Amino acid sequence: MEIKKAAMAGTLESSDAQVTVEPGSGSIDLTIESSVIHQFGRQIRATVLETLDRLEVRDAKVTVVDKGALDCTLKARVECAVYRSNDITENLPWGGVIR
Amino acid sequence: MMHPNKKRLRRSMMFLNCQKPGLIKDPYIYKPDSIMLDLEDAVAENQKDAARYSLYHALQEIDYRGVERVVRINGLDTPHWKEDIRVCVAGGADTIRIAKTESAQDVHTVEEHVLAAEREFGRPEGSTLLMAALESCKGVLNALEVCQSSERLIGIALSGGDYTKDLQTTITGTGVELQGARQHMIIAARAAGVQCWDTVFTNLDAMDVFEEEVKMIKMMGFDGKSLVNPRQIDIVHKVFTPSQKEIIFAEKVVREIDEKKAQGIGVFTVDGKMIDIAFYDGAKRTIALAKASGVYEGDL
Repeated sequence: MEIKKAAMAGTLESSDAQVTVEPGSGSIDLTIESSVIHQFGRQIRATVLETLDRLEVRDAKVTVVDKGALDCTLKARVECAVYRSNDITENLPWGGVIR
Repeated sequence: MMHPNKKRLRRSMMFLNCQKPGLIKDPYIYKPDSIMLDLEDAVAENQKDAARYSLYHALQEIDYRGVERVVRINGLDTPHWKEDIRVCVAGGADTIRIAKTESAQDVHTVEEHVLAAEREFGRPEGSTLLMAALESCKGVLNALEVCQSSERLIGIALSGGDYTKDLQTTITGTGVELQGARQHMIIAARAAGVQCWDTVFTNLDAMDVFEEEVKMIKMMGFDGKSLVNPRQIDIVHKVFTPSQKEIIFAEKVVREIDEKKAQGIGVFTVDGKMIDIAFYDGAKRTIALAKASGVYEGDL
């Protein structure tokens, strides 16, 4: 999927993550900010990249501000931001690329 | 064939806002009978989409340890309910709570879309149960037709806030404004053989008043109550779980009726109370409730 415009999902509340996607400059440029970056930074990075890969997002600037989100929350926030950047809110591929 | 979970124990049904990851990640620790993951009123209008992604992954990835996963979808008068149904079914929700139900037709409309989603996502047809929230005077008056509308329908729940608004009054704390709806709904539910749940109690500083209300709705015949806070769960379970005294008496009633029936005796006394066959089903129900609540140690 193409990132057509900047979009954001999530909050800065505990157990959540705020994910921003913006049109990229040829590849994935991922920035992560987290209070648990030393413990979970690698896992957060892997989950976000896997989710972007499933959605076939190849060109985007992605910023994640993590507040102790579980993997399922990270995935949900990345997916929401990507679909928002395309203004898609209906007939989503549940169980397909969203899984 | 009836769905095996249609009549499961539902004393406590706790609302959780799908917009809040911190709330939906581990509510099973409070041991409610059901959680109600909310896509409706608790979710801000511009976050309806975000709540669905969270819901889908929670349903798929969090082990709620046997707690029933109900999802409250947005009303049929909104642009959201169709996608809500798709995500509920795809995620594998146990039950969908239909907001603002007013007629059997409302249930049929939802049922049609649930069936289409079960086919789309390869889930067994008929596996998703439904419950209907009655939130208006019209909905309450149509309780019986709603209760009889679908094999999937497990029961009806009163939504007191919207209902009293429609009635042109408010929640007063006395319960007087809800009397008619409560009485009518429980009668309709029993006539149709489905369950019935009372509305939420939102004043968390008045736990004694809450307990009195729970005792009252138990006496009226309700199966349980919608809840807004984990602190309310233990009180509901305490009130709705038969005491050892009640269980022992129920066992005596069942045993005596079985024995006296064989001897050709119709009416007799147990612990000084006159008993006949009319007490049999009630005693059986007490034992069934004790079993379902995990407090029965007998052999009936």
